[in-house]
Amino acid sequence: MLDSAAIVAANRFGLGARPEEAAIIGRDPRGWLKAQLDGQRATPAALTGFPTATRQAREMLLARAAKGDGGVEENTRRALKEYFAAETGGRLQVAIDSAEPYRERLVHFWSNHFTVSVQRPVVGTMIGGFEREAIRPNILGTFADLLIAVTKHQAMLFYLDNAQSIGPNSIIGQRNRRGLNENLAREILELHTLGVDGGYTQDDVRALAGIITGWGVRGPQQFDTGAFAFQQALHEPGSKVLLGRTFAEDGMEEGEAALRFLAMHPATARHIAFKLARHFVADQPPPALVAKLAGLYLGTGGDLRALCLALVDLPDAWAHSRSKIRTPTEFVLAALRATASTVPPERLVFTMREMGQPTFAAQSPAGWPDTAADWVAPEAMLRRIEWAVSAGRRLPPKLSPVDVAGYAIGEAADSAVHREIAAAPSRAEGFALLFASAEFQRR
Amino acid sequence: MFNRRQTLGLLAGSAILGMPGVSFAALSGDRRLVFVILRGAMDGLGAAPPWRDPHYAERRGALALEAPGSADGVLDLDGFFGLHPALAPLHARYRQNEMILFHAVATPYRDRSHFDAQDLLENGTTRPRGAADGWLNRALGLMGGGDGRIGLAVGSQVPLLLRGQVPVGSWAPTALPETPPDFMQKVAALWQRDPLLYPALAEGLRAQAMSDDVLGDDKKNMKGGGGRNTPLATYTEAVGRLLAAAEGPRVAVIESGGWDTHSAQGKLTGRLAGNLGGLAQGLEALAKGLGPAWDKTVVLCMTEFGRTVTVNGTGGTDHGTGSAAFMLGGAVRGGRVMADWPGLAAQNLYQGRDLQPTLDARRILKAVLRDHLGLDGRAIDRAVLPGSDGAAPLDGLFRA
Repeated sequence: MLDSAAIVAANRFGLGARPEEAAIIGRDPRGWLKAQLDGQRATPAALTGFPTATRQAREMLLARAAKGDGGVEENTRRALKEYFAAETGGRLQVAIDSAEPYRERLVHFWSNHFTVSVQRPVVGTMIGGFEREAIRPNILGTFADLLIAVTKHQAMLFYLDNAQSIGPNSIIGQRNRRGLNENLAREILELHTLGVDGGYTQDDVRALAGIITGWGVRGPQQFDTGAFAFQQALHEPGSKVLLGRTFAEDGMEEGEAALRFLAMHPATARHIAFKLARHFVADQPPPALVAKLAGLYLGTGGDLRALCLALVDLPDAWAHSRSKIRTPTEFVLAALRATASTVPPERLVFTMREMGQPTFAAQSPAGWPDTAADWVAPEAMLRRIEWAVSAGRRLPPKLSPVDVAGYAIGEAADSAVHREIAAAPSRAEGFALLFASAEFQRR
Repeated sequence: MFNRRQTLGLLAGSAILGMPGVSFAALSGDRRLVFVILRGAMDGLGAAPPWRDPHYAERRGALALEAPGSADGVLDLDGFFGLHPALAPLHARYRQNEMILFHAVATPYRDRSHFDAQDLLENGTTRPRGAADGWLNRALGLMGGGDGRIGLAVGSQVPLLLRGQVPVGSWAPTALPETPPDFMQKVAALWQRDPLLYPALAEGLRAQAMSDDVLGDDKKNMKGGGGRNTPLATYTEAVGRLLAAAEGPRVAVIESGGWDTHSAQGKLTGRLAGNLGGLAQGLEALAKGLGPAWDKTVVLCMTEFGRTVTVNGTGGTDHGTGSAAFMLGGAVRGGRVMADWPGLAAQNLYQGRDLQPTLDARRILKAVLRDHLGLDGRAIDRAVLPGSDGAAPLDGLFRA
């Protein structure tokens, strides 16, 4: 049976222990976590067969050139049908199979922070690519690098309308009367960097929107259709003042400079520190803790690896046992990891939708929330128990619920729960009890 | 399938229930309220065009609809305002005097964050994060009512609007099979000492028992999820039936998303039109489910703020201020537009870009709370919508 420290490592930092991990984690929980943060990783093999976002964007743009909006709709429908379930379910199965769940959790965390959603269907064809190309390679570098990679990605540029944003005084802007779209700039300030209380104004939104005009996607008349490109003809000329700092006219470099500036802003440090502390410690993290992480962020130039190593060393992260309620996704993934399950991708996608957290389909750019108040609701509790019963019936005969309970909830659980599981009249019910237990709802 | 007796057996002895022999409270006059939160800032000028405003066509440019009379024209309401053609069912209700359009409406919020604006719309104070509970939950608190669960959140999460001291039910259609009662009993026993999870489970069971009684086998035919992206009409009829049931809830909150049309908003067709059509169909299905109870029902649809008057560079609109709201139901004295119209001339726009708000949304909320739900005016000001003293309830919105 895993002791409390191992349970924290497995569940709070990881995604729930897999059978083969149980023995390893217990020996050195902190070491096990830190080792996962070393070096770079290639895209998981299971995901390398999917089209790049550039290719999806190219096909969409060519379809638009050929048949207008109808062409886009048709292309989108086809591409989603062909890829979305496979890609989304595939990515969930990667999380189930991963031997480096702390790292995988960070991919999900940043993917959520920089939410892109199939609520805009055309973007749905590029989300898998977005996570593989912009998020995964950058989770342990600097926040600035991650921010820039995200902001240059086609999925984000289409999702928040920057690809079509035109500087009013740009070459194109003066020719036809189309203009600025503030959506991405606003969300960069409100959601991605400073945070809603970060102290920016409407003028700052407009300034940043001007700064990132031209950050778009190559059209069908150009070579390399579908790739990110800075287009000077769309770029708002002149210098802009953002949060009191002047950014001189400098083409694409203007945008990069502005993003680096925002990345290292103290409000950003506090915002990121708070979100990480909320995710890894408690819904209402101690302010001193947040301040400490923010200080570390600023002191290391926004080094995410340093922050993630520091999280592992925080006494608070280990002290408050089971302080976080699992989201529906974490709940399902933990159960499937505990039983080393392989599930058809469409079924995984369907399950997350049924459980109230459809993957890659968040309602807004703010993504999914991260507190108990958001997820503990009457209907949601019934769903979890219903799913637990259903899952319990589908597990292979060789697994024993008592054994699995030992590393899924371990010593963090009441002995009453373990007794009930042992006393269950069938294996299916034993597993159902485990997944439906109050302990299993937490991490 | 759970029946109420089984559920009560399960929860017997728990602190949640209190006395056995549960009574289900009713609102005075057996009235119903449905609040529809339109998340994402609905374009009020697109949904309810002020077609007679001399600046409408010019300001709205490519998004301006034709005047009433032409094939694709606006559906006229009162000779000045109209409705987008996709809202034809609401137009019919207007003609039957069961719909009021409010325009140039806004909460006290004057910034442009969806997040903060929705928070304020739901928390009922004068600032975002001004309260951790919702004004409608506080209103439920004033309605007393024994152990009955008057409030119902539609969906698997409870929106802030309904969060708070008063327990509320929640319901959403699902494709997952129901849990066997004896297993549920074991789980409930294991959760009993969990102060966070157990109360939620108890509420869920209670709501499930009630909805099983009312909806029976029909539940199996409903599409799953019930999330904000599921078309309303697939489940609002069921919500209507729950509200109509003698032992059912009386106040429901439905959430509708997809209103944030920054680009390619579309005119007659497209994103906004699609959403409006979905809303109208959802409300008609709700009315159908309510049956005779529609006569005592008020449905109020509100959004967190409006959108810019002029179209932006990508065929859409950005975050604005004033918007429109709809109120419909058999209890409504409808067939009217209530708007203190500021006009769309450049000098009359808020910050030179948005529809100037002239009607405080709380005046509508207070009318509903006082005249439809029967709450005391001073209690409303003190407890439900603190800081709203300057906003007097609108009068005469409802039938006697």
